Amino acid sequence: MEVPILKQGDVLIATFQAALSDADLNHLRSALVQQVVRFRSRGVIVDVTAMDVMDSFASRTLREIAQMIHLRGAETVIVGIQPEVAFAMVQLGLTLEDVPTALDLEEGLDYLNKKFKKMH
Amino acid sequence: MVKREQSSRDTMAIGNPLADSTRSEVTSELLRELVSHLRQNRTQLREEWVTRISETRLLTAMTKEETFQEATTVYDSYVEALETGTFEALQAYARNLSERIIPRGVETHEVVGIVLLLRDVLARSLFAKYQTDFKKLNRILDAYEPAANRIANTVAVGFVQERERVIRQQQEAIRELSTPVLQVRERLLILPIIGVIDPQRARQLTEQLLRGIRTNRAKVVVIDITGVAAMDATVANHLVQTVEASRLLGANVIVTGLSPEIAQTLVTIGIDLGKMNTVGDLQGGIEQAERLLGYKVMALAEPSQS
Repeated sequence: MEVPILKQGDVLIATFQAALSDADLNHLRSALVQQVVRFRSRGVIVDVTAMDVMDSFASRTLREIAQMIHLRGAETVIVGIQPEVAFAMVQLGLTLEDVPTALDLEEGLDYLNKKFKKMH
Repeated sequence: MVKREQSSRDTMAIGNPLADSTRSEVTSELLRELVSHLRQNRTQLREEWVTRISETRLLTAMTKEETFQEATTVYDSYVEALETGTFEALQAYARNLSERIIPRGVETHEVVGIVLLLRDVLARSLFAKYQTDFKKLNRILDAYEPAANRIANTVAVGFVQERERVIRQQQEAIRELSTPVLQVRERLLILPIIGVIDPQRARQLTEQLLRGIRTNRAKVVVIDITGVAAMDATVANHLVQTVEASRLLGANVIVTGLSPEIAQTLVTIGIDLGKMNTVGDLQGGIEQAERLLGYKVMALAEPSQS
């Protein structure tokens, strides 16, 4: 299942609808990395609220997305990690180091807007 | 009548598994005799028992009338258990009784004591009745004692089980109470931890904190461990995991009140504290949290009088 990517001002929003296969994740990664420059976006929000399982591949992909987007000149925030998922992730050692996280979409937008203001 | 014989035989099979059928036949006959004796002398034996209970100062938490009332029911269930050889009714009654008397501070030794007293009282009445016929007395006691022991056992086990259930329930309640997640300001939570942290409690703390972060939409959390005396490697790792999991939810964690001993332990076991934001005391932690949230707290020039 493909992940829809929405454009909202300076920000791209990718919302996970359900559990995704590895191929879907790879597809999302290349789509985001391409579109971030095409739309001249300054930030990317990946919303994982709907995910109730986060395996090592998914968390590695999220980390790669953040690093690649950074290299393309934009910021990434992961939002909506569920409490149970967060705890399971740290127990597996998947801590998404250096990747900004926020509670939900609203917080993520807030975070990016503050970040953009600082750059001005 | 046929049914009753059947169940009496079952009793014996339980009380003395080696007994052959002829012997159990005799025993059930004796038990029947015993039961009718206990029924005939119900009033007198019951009163004697209650007197003995108050003499030995058992069940002081209950009034005389209550003791008498309970004693009557116990006596009847006792005789019934002897007669039918089924203990379910007695067991249910023992559990029900325990439920009522445990909150009033009745101790295990009292419950076991009164059942053993009843056993004594009844045995004595048997001695008195059959004192002329020693052989018969012996056979009667052979039938009576295994059943009576089993009854005492059932009541004691019922009481202890009920007590343990109460203890488990209270432990659960203490656990719930001991992990409050408090909101002090908009988007600022405090988690004061007091007492010993075992892995189970640590897990529960984390779960409650993460849920609290979500429901209160917290941005900063201050975990205060002033009240924690010691911490081992497992719990320390758990604390680090809690901090990381909170970050995944978008909240900053400040840990305050690390005692010198805990600081020493953490350094000795080599926990990576690089990701942990620590402040000396709770006040400092809250002040830093306020700064992170953009609050500025100022003293009024004149403290307001109210």
